[in-house]
Amino acid sequence: MSLGIGDRAPDFTLPDTAGEEHSLEGPAVVIFTCNHCPYALAWHDRIADAARDYPNVRFLAINPNDAERYPRDSLEAMRERAEREDWPMPYLHDESQEVARAFGAKTTPDVFVLDAEGRLRYRGAPDPDHQNPSLNASWLREALDSVLAGEDVARPETDPIGCSVKWRQ
Amino acid sequence: MTVELLWWDGCPSHPEALAELQRILVEEGVDAEIARVEIEDDDQARRERFPGSPTIRIDGEDIVPPGEGDPFGLTCRVYRTRDGRISPLPDPEDLREAIRSRVG
Repeated sequence: MSLGIGDRAPDFTLPDTAGEEHSLEGPAVVIFTCNHCPYALAWHDRIADAARDYPNVRFLAINPNDAERYPRDSLEAMRERAEREDWPMPYLHDESQEVARAFGAKTTPDVFVLDAEGRLRYRGAPDPDHQNPSLNASWLREALDSVLAGEDVARPETDPIGCSVKWRQ
Repeated sequence: MTVELLWWDGCPSHPEALAELQRILVEEGVDAEIARVEIEDDDQARRERFPGSPTIRIDGEDIVPPGEGDPFGLTCRVYRTRDGRISPLPDPEDLREAIRSRVG
């Protein structure tokens, strides 16, 4: 079951790599992502740049992967990465995978743009091509610009592209 | 020359990897069949020494040898392009170079 456009996103509280808890609030971008996937890594800088360019929007990066089978996605590995890199958004650990299931996340990355009421206004890839940094998370930015202007999002859904979420077996 | 493409269905990069491999083989004038090997579970990944999808081997040698101690398993492989970007696919020039080194 996946969150549909117009649906209200489920409330959640998750800890970041420092143990601080974060929840949804106001317009927000939720990105399911991880450490080990080349698609997530290739798009990361573009998403981080968008987070810096929209300081009034809450960006939450969530790692939902099973760390037992994918140790590079362990909390410790997340902490090391967040400390090593300059992250403009918290990196949250969805250990139970409940948040990823509630959103219907499929891949890393999988981007969800929510309006001030917490309703889903865009879901999909950050932009059309993981190999082309100049695209600059254009789909994500277009959606955010529309949400912040109180307008309909012209392209509310695209196919998320990336590594499958690593569910516990 | 033997050319193998090892892939895992959980990673969406293999069709692009196959197309790229086919394109470069044609460009280099190499008439070799590509053996496609689907990796379906962790046991098979260990047996095949599969570091992730896609993995391309020419005459049994990985065109981008994995690092020592890199784990084998069902995952998408992280490559670096020649300009330093992270990519789910090997740099086409690495692929071309590996093919050329075998055809002399």
